[in-house]
Amino acid sequence: MLKYTLKRLLMMIPVLLGVSFVVFLLMYISPGDPAKMILGEMAEAQEVEALRESLGLNNGFWERFFTYMKDIVLYGDLGISYTTREPVFTEVMERFPVTLRLASSGVLVALLIGVPCGIIAATRQYSIFDHVATVLSLLGNSMPAFWMGILLILVFSVQLGLLPSSGYSSAEYMILPALTLGTSSAAVIMRMTRSSMLEVIRQDYIRTARSKGQRESIVIYFHALKNALIPVITAVGLQFGMLLGGSILTETIFSIPGIGKLMVDSIKSRNYPVVQGGVLILAVVFSFVNLGVDLLYAFVDPRIKSQYKGAKKNRKAAEEEQEEDEEDLEEEV
Amino acid sequence: MAEETRKNNPNAVEDISMYKKQSQFVQAWDRLRKNKVAIAGLVILVILILGGIFAEQLAPYGYDDQDVMRRFTAPCREFPFGTDNLGRCIYSRILYGARISLLIGFVATGMGAVAGTILGAFAGYYGSKTDNIIMRFCDVLQAIPSLLLAIAIAAALGSGLFNMMLAISIGAIPRYARTVRASILTVKDQEFIEAAHAIGASDARIILKHIFPNCLAPIIVQVTLGVAGSIINAASLSFIGLGVQAPTAEWGSMLSAGRQYVRDYWFVVMFPGLAIMTTILSLNLFGDGLRDALDPKLK
Repeated sequence: MLKYTLKRLLMMIPVLLGVSFVVFLLMYISPGDPAKMILGEMAEAQEVEALRESLGLNNGFWERFFTYMKDIVLYGDLGISYTTREPVFTEVMERFPVTLRLASSGVLVALLIGVPCGIIAATRQYSIFDHVATVLSLLGNSMPAFWMGILLILVFSVQLGLLPSSGYSSAEYMILPALTLGTSSAAVIMRMTRSSMLEVIRQDYIRTARSKGQRESIVIYFHALKNALIPVITAVGLQFGMLLGGSILTETIFSIPGIGKLMVDSIKSRNYPVVQGGVLILAVVFSFVNLGVDLLYAFVDPRIKSQYKGAKKNRKAAEEEQEEDEEDLEEEV
Repeated sequence: MAEETRKNNPNAVEDISMYKKQSQFVQAWDRLRKNKVAIAGLVILVILILGGIFAEQLAPYGYDDQDVMRRFTAPCREFPFGTDNLGRCIYSRILYGARISLLIGFVATGMGAVAGTILGAFAGYYGSKTDNIIMRFCDVLQAIPSLLLAIAIAAALGSGLFNMMLAISIGAIPRYARTVRASILTVKDQEFIEAAHAIGASDARIILKHIFPNCLAPIIVQVTLGVAGSIINAASLSFIGLGVQAPTAEWGSMLSAGRQYVRDYWFVVMFPGLAIMTTILSLNLFGDGLRDALDPKLK
């Protein structure tokens, strides 16, 4: 298990290097002169030139890239924000807890709505509940986050006056954003839970459990659910990435001071280092979440754990199989 | 009789002569036709596409015909969906917006799909080093959530229609590359490919003539569902101000502009939002149906 984790961590290095390269390349081709952006349009040419020199902007592409990488790896330095002149890393990390909290609340909403609805829809297949849930999940899946957010504001803040529509100070302020973020994921997770539950409750061991007189609730929530949730975990992992992306929109709508809002504000003021730094940090988080999901997999499913531990050949076969499964899942989702 | 057996078990081949006359896609169309929900999706989609194409003829006003005296007119006979903060007819703007949104959706997905297919074909067909390089490239792109990647690219390139399409299409490349690679791997070692090699067919010919038709079904499904994702991403980019610039009518930017008036004038955001939702819903319904039709095993 430890070996597998280490291997996965090692495999993450080239991917993150690649991500940094993409991010750097994008920053490189961004229009505008960073030195001028920092000093303002009125700055003296001489001053600008001096700053260009000290920032290393006059060096070649590769030299700049290696300096950029060195700064990130050694000092966690992602550059300087053009507007505040603070290090990008500090600025982004200050906002990070807010975004993490928002995304987690979104996942929580998605799970709390998606899993129970999926179970009920599966155990009462073709009932009215099943049909209603299926239609709602189709609708939820078709709603862009920003549209959902505006609708929620319209209903709960403007019409009913129950919840605040913007800001971030108490738990109350998190309800609408979390709902906004979680709805479309809830739809995906519900569909996933339903189909995987349907598959599991048709298996022999469920029939065995029932025929030995086990109560139906225990059969469903104890025997069946354990196996049915395994593919759902992958879906949640994939959704978490979507939520990190979606939080950009949600934070904008509800004026929540997270990474997303910071990035959107930075786009408007052409403050590229902050945008790219935000992308890089969110990509790192996303990669770790994916790793976490794969490891969680092993805890939930002893079969996978034994594959991780098994001989190298076994592991390769298992990984290929898993990759196929994941692709299937992605297609289904 | 034959028809009935086929319904019950799509894979049963009890009457071979019947299958000889039908291509894979004629069969799929037969299955799709029976799926009412998918056809409903297709019909809505066609209506939206026609609405976008014939926006000039259908829209009562131009997309930028301002009438400041009639700002925020509630939906009425003259303005079916009301007017916005500049007194522009929302109904007309939604029709013009359909053109932009669908154009971006299809073109961006198309660009991503073509690039992804080519990369996936190389990776799957040549294997080893080529495969490794291309797939690691895909890993990198997939390590960034697609909307984030689109935002980063659009921020670097600057706003505008083409840049927006490019930004969205790059994030879509990996899923097509993976799909194509996976289906090539299943086809590549079959005997008919070996036969083609034996009679001296070139690599390009084998890929295009023999392998590609066998990978087409999953690509078509991915593209249909991908268009929905592209449209959402495009609207999201416009919503945060990275997309098409004013005064061009685009659903995402209409929502974004109308957002500040939502307290007093619900119709300013309601109709653009409904337009996006209807489009995505129709694409999802049609895409799901298409998947079931093209690959009965998946169901």
